[in-house]
Amino acid sequence: MIRKLGSWALTTLRKMGDMLIFLANAIYFAFIPPFKFRLLLKQIRFFGNKSMVVILLTGSFAGMVLALQLYYTLRKFGSDALLGPAIALSLIRELGPVLAALMVTGRAGSALTAEIGIMRISEQIDALSSMALNPFRYLIVPNLVAAVIVFPLLTAIFDVIGIFGGYVVAVDLLGMSGGTYFSQMEVFVDMKDIRMGLYKSLSFGLIVAWVCCYKGFNTGYGAEGVSKSTTEAVVTSSVLILIWDYFMGSILL
Amino acid sequence: MIEIIDLVKTFDGNRVLNGVNLTIADNVLMAIIGKSGGGKSVLLKHLIGLLKPDSGKILVDGTDITTLGSRDMDKVREHLGVLFQGGALFDSINVYDNVAFPLREKTKLSESEINDRVIQALNDVGLKGMNMKFPAEVSGGMRKRVALARTLITEPKIVFFDEPTTGLDPIILSSIHRLIMTTHKKYRFTGVIISHEIPEIFDVADRIAMLHEGVIVETGTSDEIKNSLNPVVVQFINGGLEGPIAAV
Ligand SMILES: Nc1ncnc2c1ncn2[C@@H]1O[C@H](COP(=O)(O)OP(=O)(O)O)[C@@H](O)[C@H]1O
Ligand SMILES: [Mg+2]
Repeated sequence: MIRKLGSWALTTLRKMGDMLIFLANAIYFAFIPPFKFRLLLKQIRFFGNKSMVVILLTGSFAGMVLALQLYYTLRKFGSDALLGPAIALSLIRELGPVLAALMVTGRAGSALTAEIGIMRISEQIDALSSMALNPFRYLIVPNLVAAVIVFPLLTAIFDVIGIFGGYVVAVDLLGMSGGTYFSQMEVFVDMKDIRMGLYKSLSFGLIVAWVCCYKGFNTGYGAEGVSKSTTEAVVTSSVLILIWDYFMGSILL
Repeated sequence: MIEIIDLVKTFDGNRVLNGVNLTIADNVLMAIIGKSGGGKSVLLKHLIGLLKPDSGKILVDGTDITTLGSRDMDKVREHLGVLFQGGALFDSINVYDNVAFPLREKTKLSESEINDRVIQALNDVGLKGMNMKFPAEVSGGMRKRVALARTLITEPKIVFFDEPTTGLDPIILSSIHRLIMTTHKKYRFTGVIISHEIPEIFDVADRIAMLHEGVIVETGTSDEIKNSLNPVVVQFINGGLEGPIAAV
């Protein structure tokens, strides 16, 4: 029993070490030329293209749900005039970065792991190495950099769409004045809040690309490998996003 | 010259290579035969430095490549060409770009010089008008030929072919074998072909080595192998069910 626990702890530690070395390697090659700008653009397009629809959809509904729920709560305290800033703050500080990251993970992250995993088992990664070309430069770095660029943008879109979704519910359904909705927002939302959202989405981008690339790159030998690593990538990324969100929240509060 | 000395490799308790010894002289076309799952691809991955052995050495022109760091290994790889078992074409780019890829990434040739060489290479493997197709859109035999063109376009000094003909029909099989022989005559590379194609491989390779249970059990010219008295070799080249090789 104790031995089993010990060996489990050891393999887990070794896997974590592996992942850290992978990240260190990726970051190292991100700063050493030659850079592959074409591949970077391609991956930016990949993330954006894959995730845009789902971001628009979930963003607008997140804002609408927030409007309904917060209106109910705020009215109990007699402060329903603050609905606008309440929605904006929830989205900008918390829900925007987290939900957008989870959505991109499910959509683009899983596709990324599957793509790299297939390159692994079909020996395309070996082919790169055998040509004396560094797979990190061609596969990992472009994704890491692309995610760090794209995540904040997608999060911003998520926030804006969410705020408008909330507006539609608040004004058209709940009969609030549109002027109040936005003017209170300007009063209560600080640069600090926006910065917090930005830091979160930047780090989520790094986490998702890191985990998804790692899982794809280390796809196991054999046919079940790709589906297994895709599932693991989504689960691990999602868990890490939420854990990291808590840490960021407690540090930056 | 490639010298493999006492090469041992184990995966999670599964000993795949159990002391492989083999010497491959310059400009020779050497075939490695042996049953599926016997470790032929694993051996090849050691030769290109993608796997590190548990013990043993691989000397390429006297340098032990098993101890090289990645930068020095890359210098050795500049002179290698590898045709992977499934072709390993990059599926996000088309046939033309696949063949052009090593030239674009590894040389300073102009785009028009690259174009000349890619057209020539695709001609050599009998593929015209396929330039814009993606790997997923062409047949298995064509993929192998595109991969062959990509492998040879850098004119490597040592070329490894991992089952270049497995799963192809007899006509394409002959055409790929002929391609390997003609390019070998033309460029005089040292070649290692992993193959199951008995008896065709006897007409292609200069020498044959048989890998069985993690060791090289026999090496010789085609005639020597055909006339071997080693029961493992006899059973393998005759496809017999009775003998030292367990039929599943
Ligand atoms: N990366 C790996 N990890 C674990 N086992 C492997 C790996 N590569 C190959 N093997 C195992 O090694 C054995 C030999 O495989 P391989 O070299 O592909 O055989 P073949 O002679 O058909 O090319 C098989 O049992 C295979 O499962
Ligand atoms: Mg094989």
